[in-house]
Amino acid sequence: MPAQIAATFAPMSSRRLLIFGGIALIAGGMLFGDIFAVFVLHQNGGQTGQTLLAATEAVRAGNALAVKQIFEHLGGLLEDHGTKVDAHVHMTDAGYLAILLALIQPYVALSPKRKKLLAGWFVSGGLFLPVGIFLIHYVGLAYSPFASIGWASVLADSAGVVLIVVLIGETWGLWMFLRDHRNAGEPALPTDRTWERRALMGGGIVLVLLGFLYGAWYAGFDLYRHEAREAGILKTMLDRAAAGQGGTVVAVADYGSLAAERAVKIAAHSHLIEFGLLAMLLSFVQPYVQLSDNWKRRWVIVLLIGSIVLPVFVLLELNLGLLAGGIADLGGLLVIVGLTGMLVGVLRYSGSLDAASGATR
Amino acid sequence: MSSARKLLVFGGISLAVLGMLYGLHYAVFIEHQTLDRMGGSLAQAFVRGAEGNAPEADRAVDVYASTKYDYVRQVDVHSHWIGLAMLMIVLGATLDGVALEERLLTWIAAALFTGSLVFPLGVILQTVSHGAIWAAALAILGSGLVTVSLAVLAWGFIRSTT
Repeated sequence: MPAQIAATFAPMSSRRLLIFGGIALIAGGMLFGDIFAVFVLHQNGGQTGQTLLAATEAVRAGNALAVKQIFEHLGGLLEDHGTKVDAHVHMTDAGYLAILLALIQPYVALSPKRKKLLAGWFVSGGLFLPVGIFLIHYVGLAYSPFASIGWASVLADSAGVVLIVVLIGETWGLWMFLRDHRNAGEPALPTDRTWERRALMGGGIVLVLLGFLYGAWYAGFDLYRHEAREAGILKTMLDRAAAGQGGTVVAVADYGSLAAERAVKIAAHSHLIEFGLLAMLLSFVQPYVQLSDNWKRRWVIVLLIGSIVLPVFVLLELNLGLLAGGIADLGGLLVIVGLTGMLVGVLRYSGSLDAASGATR
Repeated sequence: MSSARKLLVFGGISLAVLGMLYGLHYAVFIEHQTLDRMGGSLAQAFVRGAEGNAPEADRAVDVYASTKYDYVRQVDVHSHWIGLAMLMIVLGATLDGVALEERLLTWIAAALFTGSLVFPLGVILQTVSHGAIWAAALAILGSGLVTVSLAVLAWGFIRSTT
């Protein structure tokens, strides 16, 4: 166990807390995303389509009261969907930020106690923010003194404030480091160039670039077309329902197809970039993964395969349907497995480090 | 710490703080009202349709479309600022592995920071005036700067590994 690497991973240090917390938040966020995709996403989409169809039937019958009731139910379905997507995104993003903060700890000139306190706050904030978002749909406005903000939103917003305060604190520490060249009291990260680190960094940059190019393509050729099409479909749906003509079912189906097309294209773009970032971040963690070289490489390959399979097959859902959806979920699972394998390696490393320092004492 | 690394790490953290502050402000003061207006206008369109008032129904659909246009871009700005900030910090930490001249690296870092700031700014300015060419041009310029900088860094990284 090289001493210079061990020195960068001291027991109960801010860096160790941020790396553990970060990987756990990312794995938790991805697991939640996979569960959401398998058990909630498609069912929610189907219910939304049925509800919209019921609304067009109410329009055809001239029943304005029924329309209002149906839309209250539709609002609930959309909130259910939106808060779950947001919980997934915010948990994984907080994990990414935690690992990023671990990277810059050598340049943060604050006392170890303060750095650890900030790290603890950040990981707690990163956990409570998605929990608060998830609860918004279930808690609603119960016992809330505000007109449109419930207690779950207050929890989420408070956790967001904690994250901002920590980031400002870290920026202050960086500023002190640069201004006074004060020692941050922590050695810089190891800079070895192993196969795993290069594969993760190179693969990560390629994934991010692909995500950018696809996002630019989507913004240039699809975004405005989708927006115009949505308004057009809604007007057609309403005109036909109000005139008592047929074709509302087709219009509702068109609306569903458009929503699905938009969702998979945005998901492909965001997942390519997020997995690219994840791969780049994990390249820095590799010196702390205590596994044999073969197993370290296996987890890297599993993670990179999952990172490309998920976005590609999410896109193919438009053509191949649920088969592609299943393969995409499998891709997500591969990323979680690779990530968990690395986390086990980091846990083994910290365990043996602590055991060695205990034996020395 | 090289000037390119300083720019990427400091710029990245500042951008992350900006993105989070914007997200917090948006969540507390704007999002709920926007979602209410979006849902309300769509419901209104169907209610007017049920009452047989087609012109009002169409107008409500237009209000819904316009509100959603703003909503999509407002949420995009929050996520893109934070996402680009994270990318900048990671790249700042990995600059040792990029085989490019120091001066070029500083220019690339400056371009990446400018692009990361300007691209979402162009997106949010599209809500001030829907379909504004200048705002779209700003977003395209910003995303172009980010993509080119990233491609150059990737090239530098590949050169260093070979």
